[in-house]
Amino acid sequence: MEYKDFDDLTNHLPGLAKKMRDFKDILLANLIMIGENPAPTFHEEQRIQFIVDRFTEAGLSESSVDDAGNGIGVLEGSEGENSILINAHADTVFSDKIDHTLQVLKNTVIGPGVADNSLGLAVLVSIPLILDELDIKLKNNLILLGGTKSLGRGNLEGIRFFLENNHFSNISAGLCVEGVELGRLSYSSIGMLRGEITCTVPESYDWSRFGDASAILTLNEVINKINDTRLPSRPRTSIIMGSISGGTSFNTIARDATLGFEVRSESEEVVNDVGNTIKSIVMEVTSKTGDHINLDIFAGRSPGGIPYAHPLNECVRKIMKSLNIKPRLAPSTSELAAFIDKKIPALTLGITTGDHINKKNESIKIDPAFTGLAQLISTIIAIDGGFCG
Amino acid sequence: MADLQQWIDNNTYHHSQFWDLEKLVREKEKQNIRISLCLPTLNEEKTVGKELIIFNSELVNRYPLIDEIAVIDSGSDDNTLEVAKSFGADTYLADDILPNIEKKKGKGENLWKAIYQLTGDIIVYVDADISNIHPRFVYGLVAPLIYRNDIKYVKAFYDRPLAVSGGARSSGGGRVTEILIRPLFSLFFPELTAIIQPLSGEYAVRREVLEQIAFPIGYGVETSHLIDVHHKFGLEAFAQTDLDKRVHENQPTQALGKMSFGILQTFIKRSKALGIIDKAEHEKILRQFQAQEDHYQQLKMEIVEFERPPMITIPEYREKFGREQ
Repeated sequence: MEYKDFDDLTNHLPGLAKKMRDFKDILLANLIMIGENPAPTFHEEQRIQFIVDRFTEAGLSESSVDDAGNGIGVLEGSEGENSILINAHADTVFSDKIDHTLQVLKNTVIGPGVADNSLGLAVLVSIPLILDELDIKLKNNLILLGGTKSLGRGNLEGIRFFLENNHFSNISAGLCVEGVELGRLSYSSIGMLRGEITCTVPESYDWSRFGDASAILTLNEVINKINDTRLPSRPRTSIIMGSISGGTSFNTIARDATLGFEVRSESEEVVNDVGNTIKSIVMEVTSKTGDHINLDIFAGRSPGGIPYAHPLNECVRKIMKSLNIKPRLAPSTSELAAFIDKKIPALTLGITTGDHINKKNESIKIDPAFTGLAQLISTIIAIDGGFCG
Repeated sequence: MADLQQWIDNNTYHHSQFWDLEKLVREKEKQNIRISLCLPTLNEEKTVGKELIIFNSELVNRYPLIDEIAVIDSGSDDNTLEVAKSFGADTYLADDILPNIEKKKGKGENLWKAIYQLTGDIIVYVDADISNIHPRFVYGLVAPLIYRNDIKYVKAFYDRPLAVSGGARSSGGGRVTEILIRPLFSLFFPELTAIIQPLSGEYAVRREVLEQIAFPIGYGVETSHLIDVHHKFGLEAFAQTDLDKRVHENQPTQALGKMSFGILQTFIKRSKALGIIDKAEHEKILRQFQAQEDHYQQLKMEIVEFERPPMITIPEYREKFGREQ
């Protein structure tokens, strides 16, 4: 199947969305077989092996696992001058101790990681079969990448390794696929610092010294001071206190307490300033209490991206309009940042609607996924056809 | 009696031996065999959809091993049939099949009516409550029938000890198998003890066998199959395949009591008909199996339940306590 121009493609979109229903079984079977393999960050091997086996079965050249553990398959284009990189992160926030059994109801699939990002990965491995069945031949190489070590402390290690070390001559565009939310259109990354503050009461605590004899109280003081930090309203900046843990029981003084936080800003300078302020706060509270406080900043992003008016961006907004998808424009701190660092025009797209993200009862809706698939396939066709600049 | 160790070595498979589905489908097509899959259901809306997706995607579309998938339902109160239909299965109410025959309720009824409703030369039965479903649940059972003409009935067993710290590990079925079935088989049908999980709900059978055996409609169906197929075709007609782990909801002990009661009825009926239970002598060896590395070993244990007579019959006792005989 070939499209003359972008209008020809958009005219065919409603039909394409209907056709996507033919791939319901293959998409859901991939989702189940991927989703039931646990893949906590740094331990994605089982999933990666599955997707590489799928790529090999589909006859993709260079189906392999690279040194960072990423699973890669390449659908060679008829001309092959440029390459389009489609990425879905393979890791989830769930430990392998958690039951990963998925439940499939009439229009819902439920289970840990099903939306973030088992569905994204299932879509990735379904692409070769879908293109083949629709008889769509691409001019450019299509690189399919199941990226490892993306979340949390992974800090996008997989995709960064690939972008740094691959031998493909010209990656002209990138698409990051996320299970949810249909309509998501991220084209820029905000500046970010991610870290943990861990307070520990020393083993030989001198109970007569000034200070709070509890790691939780010490951490509370740190939190209060961070909260008092004045943040600029322009450029927009925020500090997210995302997780907290500490102590063991009701009646034992907490020896450890940990805060997980993220600083986000449109300005890299402000991110660094806030990071320095947090360092000062940690030093100040340490000197006051005598507790041991460790600040560990393990991930960061630089702000950037393509402009709103970039042809790739415009192109996808038109595709969304033709498919009646309402775009939800939001900056991202996901794999998009790795593309931005390499100055590759890229977007993040969502496939369907979902609920309870990152909880054990995480769920996705099946029906909207066909529209999401049509959006992704038509975006690939549009980029390949040179309709996106 | 057949050499059970030899039978175990020749007729016990692991599903991984049949990983090459292309080869399996080629062989199936060469023999022009038609394969039907039956999922008997009763209130299985939570798991039936997933099974259908996996089998349709992998064993109908990707590798055309299955020609027909049917859900035969006992009258679920939940949305089992609606979910099954939405995932493309042929769905039937057991009551609607052979409507002129008196209606009965039970899993065995669904399995029996599948023989009439489905068209395959081989019928594979897979319970619809498996939450870790995988294509191996079908190809692992069908493959021995495709590759070996002498095999007529292939039974599943589960939980291969992949990570055991040296030595051996008991290779057990469920509680009812180990407490009821294995001792009964050891007593009266010692050859059938070689079937590692006689009660597993997954099996693939040739039509010419299915049409010749009776089907208890309730809990006894698996037990009666084994006894009847063994009686008509011998142990050599069986094979068994290790399908690794099967995850499903565990039954409470009370439910196991009901199951055992049903199985015992079937067992007694069969044994009487075959004149086995009236024999004065029965076997005294309990046969169990253990997994040793990658194969299964028979463990034979002679257990003779010797009985002492009433103490009053012992002269020393009578003398000590001044009792008359």
